[in-house]
Formats: sequence, C-alpha cells, structure tokens
Amino acid sequence: MKILVAVKRVIDYNVQIRVKEDGSGVVTDNVKMSTNPPDDNAIEEAVKIKEAGKAKEIVAITIGEEKAQETVRKALAVGADRGIHVKVDNVIEPLAVSKILKKIVEKENPDLVFMGKQAIDDDCNQTGQMLAALLNWPQATFASKIEVKDNALEVTREIDEGLETIEVNVPAIVTCDLRLNEPRYASLPNIMKAKKKPIEQLNASDLGVDINPRIEQIKVEEPPKRKAGIKVASVEELVQKLKNEAKVI
Amino acid sequence: MSVLLIAEHNNKEVRPFTYNAITAASQINEDLHVLVLGHQADDVAKSLSEVPNVKKVIHVDNEIYENYIAENYTSAIIKHAESYSHIVSSANTFGKNLMPRIAALLDTSQVSDIIKVISEDTFLRPIYAGNAFATVKSNDKKKCVTIRPTSFDPADKSGGSAEITKSDPAEASSSTKFLKKEEVKSDRPELGTARIVISGGRGMQNGENFKLISDIADKLNAAIGASRAAVDAGYITNDHQVGQTGKVVVPDLYIAVGISGAIQHLAGMKESKVIVAINKDGEAPIFSVADYGLEADLFEALPQFLSELNKLNTIQK
Repeated sequence: MKILVAVKRVIDYNVQIRVKEDGSGVVTDNVKMSTNPPDDNAIEEAVKIKEAGKAKEIVAITIGEEKAQETVRKALAVGADRGIHVKVDNVIEPLAVSKILKKIVEKENPDLVFMGKQAIDDDCNQTGQMLAALLNWPQATFASKIEVKDNALEVTREIDEGLETIEVNVPAIVTCDLRLNEPRYASLPNIMKAKKKPIEQLNASDLGVDINPRIEQIKVEEPPKRKAGIKVASVEELVQKLKNEAKVI
Repeated sequence: MSVLLIAEHNNKEVRPFTYNAITAASQINEDLHVLVLGHQADDVAKSLSEVPNVKKVIHVDNEIYENYIAENYTSAIIKHAESYSHIVSSANTFGKNLMPRIAALLDTSQVSDIIKVISEDTFLRPIYAGNAFATVKSNDKKKCVTIRPTSFDPADKSGGSAEITKSDPAEASSSTKFLKKEEVKSDRPELGTARIVISGGRGMQNGENFKLISDIADKLNAAIGASRAAVDAGYITNDHQVGQTGKVVVPDLYIAVGISGAIQHLAGMKESKVIVAINKDGEAPIFSVADYGLEADLFEALPQFLSELNKLNTIQK
C-alpha cells in the first residue's frame, strides 16, 4: 500500500495568539511555527503501518508558502519516504486545499490519505471530508484506532456519544485524532538522512484548480475579555460565594 | 430562498443540539425546513414538526440511515439541496463529519462553527481555539454552515404544526460499513447542555480519584468533564473531554479541578457564566479565567466541598 499524508504548518500550539491592530488577522511575524499537532499523529500512524510491513511507501505533502517545506522535512525525518510541496502565496480555504490534494491523489494513486482531523489555526475541520467527497472515497474521521485489514480499514472514531467503529474499503481518507498514537521525535541521524530525501516542488497555479477565496474575511478581533476574578481563602467561602453572590447553586 | 437543517437524532429522539441549531438557522432565514434521515424515526419527524420555528419537515425513512454514515447521508441531502440557499447543521461530531462532504459536492466553501448570525451571508466564528473572532462573509451562491450549538439557546419545542412530507432514499455507499457504537450511558445531564459541569485534569492522578468529582456531580446534578490530559492518561473516557478538539461547554457554573488551563482547554469552557478553579499551583493559567479561585490541594478541598454542600438547606437543580 501507498499512503499519502497531508501536513500543515501552523502557529505552534503553545503560542499565545495576538490579533493585529488593524483587524486583518493574527500576528505571524517572528512567531514560532510547527506542524499542526494531529498531522503529526497522521504521519506517525503511516510510519507504524509501514513498519508493520503493510505499506510500501509514505509520501508527505504540504501546501503553503516556501517555509511550509519544513513540515515535510520533519515528516521525512520521522519516516516518510519522499515529499511534495505545493506552493501557494496566500492562505487558501479547505475547499481549495482539497482540490489541490485531489490532483495530487490522481497523480500519485495512493491507497490511503491520512491527515489531522482539524488544523488548530482556522479550526475548520473540513479538508479530509471534502477530499473524500471530491474523490468519491469513503471517509473515516476523528480516528483514534486504525486496524489494517485486507483492502479495508477498521477505524474507531471519537464521537460525542463515545466511540464508533466503522469499516471503510480502500482507497479511503482517514482524519486523525490526537489520541490515535504518540508521535515519535526524529533522531539526529534521521534528521540528517531526511535532508537527502527528495521533495518535489509544484506551483498551485500549474495544477489548474480554482483556489480563489469564496469567503471574505471582514475582520478579526480579540474575543471579549473575562472580568478578573478573586481568590477565595477557603472551601467554605467558595460555597458561600457560589450560593449567595453568584447564585448558581 | 430557504434553509435546510439536517436533524441529529437517534431514531427515537431528537438530539438536543438540533434545537440550538434550529434557533440559529431561523435567524438566517425564517423559512426553515428540517430533513430527518433515519430508520423508523417517525417520532423524531413528529417532534420536529411541533417546533414553532420549523416550517416543514422532510422525512426519509430507510435502514441505510439508521446510523450516521456520512456517505449515505450526503447523497440524500444533495438530492434536496437545489431548493435551498443554506444547508446547516450543528458543529458537533455529527455535523463536523457530515457537512464538508456536502459542501465539497456543492462546490461551496463551508463556514464552520458559527457563534453569531450577522446576516444571511455574514457570520462570526472563533479561530485559533477561540483566541480570535473572525467576521466572515460567504460569497458562494449556496452556503453550507455549521453552528456552535452552545452559542444559541434551544428553540421552543411545542406549539407548531409543520407539514411532514415523505421522500425517497438516495443511493447507499457500499464502501463504508457501520460496525458498532460504544455509547457511555449515564443518568447525569449531558455534558454539552448541563447547567453545571465539574471537570478533572491531570491533578486527579488516576481514574479512581474521579469518584471525588462524581460525588459532587451527583450532589449538584452536574455533568462530568475532563481535560485532554486526563483522557489521554486513561482516567476517564473521551466523551468527557472539554476543549478545542473536544466539546465546547457553556454552563452556568464550570468547576475546574486539578486542571492547569492550557489554551486548548480554555477554548472549550471560557464562555461559561461562572468559573471556579481549584488548583494547588497558584500560578496555573486557569486562575486567569476563574471568577473564584481556590488555591488548595484538591484531595483536601473536594471532600470539604462536598460536606459544605451537604450543609446547605437547598441546592438549585
């Protein structure tokens, strides 16, 4: 089997976001960037499947500006075999991302496409499902366990009510939850080796897909701030405040 | 043009967030129709026809809709999409799984997780785990929107009498099979809609210690939540997780116990009306959003909390 894994470069999950004063977005200059966390789980799962002898090749793909290549390089360092970087100059919407991915899938013919269930920047949670629709492939979203069977996957999904298990025929799209696995760190020798692995560069404009925005971002603002609270000295005081001041119990 | 809302239900009852989504949907346009895809879900169709905000219920009954298979749902929804300007659903795992599949086939850029309807095409939505709010305008002809249920009050459930029309099923997918659902049954209120939520984090140290939390939850008729760290460590099941990638809750009272307050957890609870934090680390970020902070060892504080509650003559339910 061949697995394509899509990774996205986002503001690091530990960074405290700052909104630009002119309301045009959030500050990204001199801000630490890293791979979208559940995308690390997607890579890890692909590598585990390959290590178990059930996949032959892992291709990591990212779509973004020049520096987005770093996320592909990191994927190569933990076990992807080669990379693809599709260059775009501006931020594009999940629909456009899924159209680009569809073109790459048609070229690469993977059996599986893995990615994180949601990017922690725009919090859209759309790309995997959209790609599945465009390819008319089955989708297994929010996966916390994947079992590879003959030409099918058994996937446990995290849903509001608990867990759901479905079986999808290959080819399929899987979007990964943070609980799917524990992503490994790249070792220094593997980081060195990854530098020699190939990354193919393409321009989105050469792929013949419409990536123009359909959604206008009118403004970005800070959410309303909470009023500063107080510290209470004892449990007794806490319960009295909840009863008589906040009146919630 | 009209709005088509996709109902979430278990074939017997309407799932509660559908009512919150109805409120938002009817703010987009009053001509709101609800699509019920289910298996022997007549009671669901009937309940929804009684919601005053609903103008019409379309009911498709077939065994292929017994479970939420996005592939099967999508082909049925696409059949009806032409008559509508907006297709909407709740932004919970039901709608998150389903809506993008519909949007892509309609060549529409979806607007996810809205918290306010500004006009028919303009919405407010949180980004970066709720650390910024974006006002966005959709320029697509047909709009696909998911609604953050806790940002809208549930719609009134009775007094209406919308027409119910039956419709035929669409093609089923042969590539996806439902195998099983492990649902955690509980007599407690649902986490998403509970008036009070008490959550435990890594500070609970193990699953057994969650008994300290559940004792208080029983007393307050509260739902039990958890941080991702507590779920990852196996203290409690995933359906309890509150946060950016878990559930978003907006209770009247949220009690965070042994939770440090990572950005990702705050994203799921900081809109709660009153927040209490109990943590022995006085510098923990959770205190920055807490109305009442108690710097204490939770293993001493929780039993005391229960005994103080027991002293009260009355407790609101």
